[in-house]
Amino acid sequence: MDKAKEALRQKQSQAPIIQLKGVTKRFGAVTAVDHIDLDIYPGELFCLLGGSGSGKSTLLRMLSGFETPSEGQIIIDGVDMAGVEPYERPVNMMFQSYALFPHMTVFDNVAYGLRRMKFSKAEVHAQVAELLHMVQLDDYAKRKPHQLSGGQRQRVALARALARRPKLLLLDEPLGALDKKLREETQFELVKIQEQSGVTFVVVTHDQEEAMTLADRIGVMDRGRIVQIGEPRDIYEYPGSRFVADFIGSVNLFDCSIGEEGEDFTILDSEDLKGSIRVGHGISGAPGSDVSYAIRPEKIALNRDSENADNEFSGIIEDVAYMGNWSLYRVRLDCGCILKVSQANLKRQDQTNLTWDDRVFASWSDTAGVVLPS
Amino acid sequence: MKRLALPLMAFMGFAFLYLPIVSLIIYSFNESKLVTVWGGFSTKWYVELFKDPQILGAAKISLQIGVISATLAVVLGTLAAFVLVRFRRFRGKTLLTGMITAPLVMPEVITGLSLLLLFVALESTLGWPQGRDMMTIIIAHTTFCMAYVAVVVQSRLIDMDPSIEEAALDLGASPLRVFFDVILPTIAPALVSGWLLAFTLSLDDLVIASFVSGPGSSTLPMVIFSKVRLGVSPDVNALATLMVLVVAIGIFLAARLMRPSHTEVNE
Amino acid sequence: MKWSARALVIAVPMLWLLLFFLLPFLVVGKISVSEAAIARPPYLPIYEIEDGALILRIAYANFTFLFEDPLYLAAYLNSLKIAAYSTLFSLIVAYPMAYYIARCEARKRNILLMLVILPFWTSFLLRVYAWIGILKTNGILNNMLLGVGIIDEPLVMMQTDFAVYVGVVYTYLPFMVLPLYTNLVKLDQSLLEASADLGANPIVTFLKVTLPLSIPGIVAGSMLVFIPVVGEFVIPALLGGPDQLMIGKVLWTEFFSNRDWPVASAVAIVMLMVVVMPIMWLRNHTERMEAAA
Repeated sequence: MDKAKEALRQKQSQAPIIQLKGVTKRFGAVTAVDHIDLDIYPGELFCLLGGSGSGKSTLLRMLSGFETPSEGQIIIDGVDMAGVEPYERPVNMMFQSYALFPHMTVFDNVAYGLRRMKFSKAEVHAQVAELLHMVQLDDYAKRKPHQLSGGQRQRVALARALARRPKLLLLDEPLGALDKKLREETQFELVKIQEQSGVTFVVVTHDQEEAMTLADRIGVMDRGRIVQIGEPRDIYEYPGSRFVADFIGSVNLFDCSIGEEGEDFTILDSEDLKGSIRVGHGISGAPGSDVSYAIRPEKIALNRDSENADNEFSGIIEDVAYMGNWSLYRVRLDCGCILKVSQANLKRQDQTNLTWDDRVFASWSDTAGVVLPS
Repeated sequence: MKRLALPLMAFMGFAFLYLPIVSLIIYSFNESKLVTVWGGFSTKWYVELFKDPQILGAAKISLQIGVISATLAVVLGTLAAFVLVRFRRFRGKTLLTGMITAPLVMPEVITGLSLLLLFVALESTLGWPQGRDMMTIIIAHTTFCMAYVAVVVQSRLIDMDPSIEEAALDLGASPLRVFFDVILPTIAPALVSGWLLAFTLSLDDLVIASFVSGPGSSTLPMVIFSKVRLGVSPDVNALATLMVLVVAIGIFLAARLMRPSHTEVNE
Repeated sequence: MKWSARALVIAVPMLWLLLFFLLPFLVVGKISVSEAAIARPPYLPIYEIEDGALILRIAYANFTFLFEDPLYLAAYLNSLKIAAYSTLFSLIVAYPMAYYIARCEARKRNILLMLVILPFWTSFLLRVYAWIGILKTNGILNNMLLGVGIIDEPLVMMQTDFAVYVGVVYTYLPFMVLPLYTNLVKLDQSLLEASADLGANPIVTFLKVTLPLSIPGIVAGSMLVFIPVVGEFVIPALLGGPDQLMIGKVLWTEFFSNRDWPVASAVAIVMLMVVVMPIMWLRNHTERMEAAA
């Protein structure tokens, strides 16, 4: 077991800091959040990942107190939050637009939350200085928000939200407004600050890459429900449903039915592929029942000659997209269906030199794919 | 030639807007009483203007009415705008929306007549208001000016990112604090321009004031109207010039005050 | 927010408007069906209680009077005509201005916009009055034209429809320019380039692309001009002829000179209908257009 997993186990051995019990939110006839049960542990960095309309933002707004659940209970650090106003909750939020007060300086923005508590002037001063130091904005205290760059604004928003030492920090698409380069730097920065401060973070995002790099655990949301909770690697490698497999990363999906079963393998018969797939483990499910088979593009190898692999299908390369560090191939298999295959460009000169209209064999091992309920 | 057509048409439009004002200013310095004849430069109409007790008295009344009704209109109009933009549906919201927008398009004669009839009816049933004076004009002006203020404040509130208010709440500020810490500073420019707009409208109104004013409360536009109905009078030219001057200075100051003192940093 | 605070915030503007905006219309409605009388106030109550019985005295005569006397009908029609033409003329003057301002660079644009709004801040009454000096028989315009030699004898311009149109277009021009500008400035320049690229000359581009896309601005500006002009009083009173009929002037005379409050009220009610109907029609129309889109 690696170090990260060990740390996570330790966090989860404590009592949960947030408990959601059957939380539901309806807007008129629309159910935005549908009976969610969820425990989040102290010190965790939890990501809610979902598309627009999946209910992730509504869930966040219920935690911060801007929306009240239609049903269910939200318990934060043992206290039921029903009827507790946003300004009375031990929760702070970093808004997607940052929502910095445009008429106040950086210092006053960060101090705003502290001044609502009973702190002396000197204490406020000291704490703001410390926070600005943490986000490396020591020299910007007197600036107004419009005099800052996007990345600097984001850091002010983070410092402001952490000022009251909340038990829980909510972050709504924290990196959404930054450009790609800045995002990558900021991701690691954010994780570092989270670890330093020890505050529990709940991040809402629609960006799977962001979720993958930030989170201890990810909750994937779809139509108001959490469809899978797990660590980033597990969610990617062992998706629990077609939706999760398809939503996170790129995937080839085939409809199959369970065929011959052996001691340590199963054969799936695929109508799509006009052939069969060998899976290197047993499957719970009666022979003949329908399942889906998911295989990630990077798990497939392309060769000019047959390798006699566990699973091998021949076809013709229809399209190649060169992406720099890797290339994406669209292979038209003999059965007529399309297979997405990605290959890392490890060398400058690609020996195989596969290109349009080349006849190839696509192969993968019997442990590379995942069998999902159809 | 083709490229000149549009600027030329636009220029003629602007000339059309400004020629009458320029002519007023020029002829306010005319020695002669006749518009036709240029009798040489003179400031005698200004002297005459400041000796006219009727105009001075009316100006004082108009200024008082303007200040009071603009202030009332800003308070009421801001409340209305706030309710319309920030409150979720409640019974009567449609009615309030209708009542706040209708005065914008209501012909002044109707507004004036209806308010006068109301005051008369109230007086004969409740004994209030007793007769008509500055107060009835202030009520009337507040009512139609608050609609304009509401429109100005409304558009500012709509532009305001609601998450800024939520951020303040989230950081522990009570709703009242949020109003004073965040909302008020944000809409302050709208309040200033709303006030100025209301003040100008009040100062400018002839029709409504004519209906609801009493014997001792003739406003400046009423006095001007009775003067100019009889023909061109040069002291009115002088008055107009002074008003243009005041407005020009006011706009200049406002532009300097409101000019952002910063430049945006590029990201 | 606490419930009571919320209710208070709603109640204050609501009550003010109910008392000083809605209630007055009900009073006008009531008086429009009262009988005129030489009294203070100069109308009779619409009901009386005599020997414990309620007697209603509703006089529809004020309304039938409006339709029987051709003067009123003529005044309504003339007001509509003048409002419609004024709207058209304002549009013709305002469109090039708005278009030009929208195409200017940002700095110049702000200055020009300010120039459009500036006259609005000076007294409307005085600006209308300025036209008397320009338009009258021995006024500035006639003197100039005579001096240049275009005309041999002065033109009669004051107290004509022409003078009223000039005054109205002049006064309401900013209300037409601003909505048009707001619309035109949003027009995507690349649409015009696309049209040119596809072979349309500037005039075709204007007619087929710019004009159709600016219709919302035209409609908004037209409403802002048309509606108040229907009830306009000051401009026809100062620049128009004594026999020129406009409904605002008729109401004024009925009220101040004839002291016939019930008829004045009836005139107001009918005028309100005339003004409200285009708004209602427009609202339905735009809603249907939005529903279709």
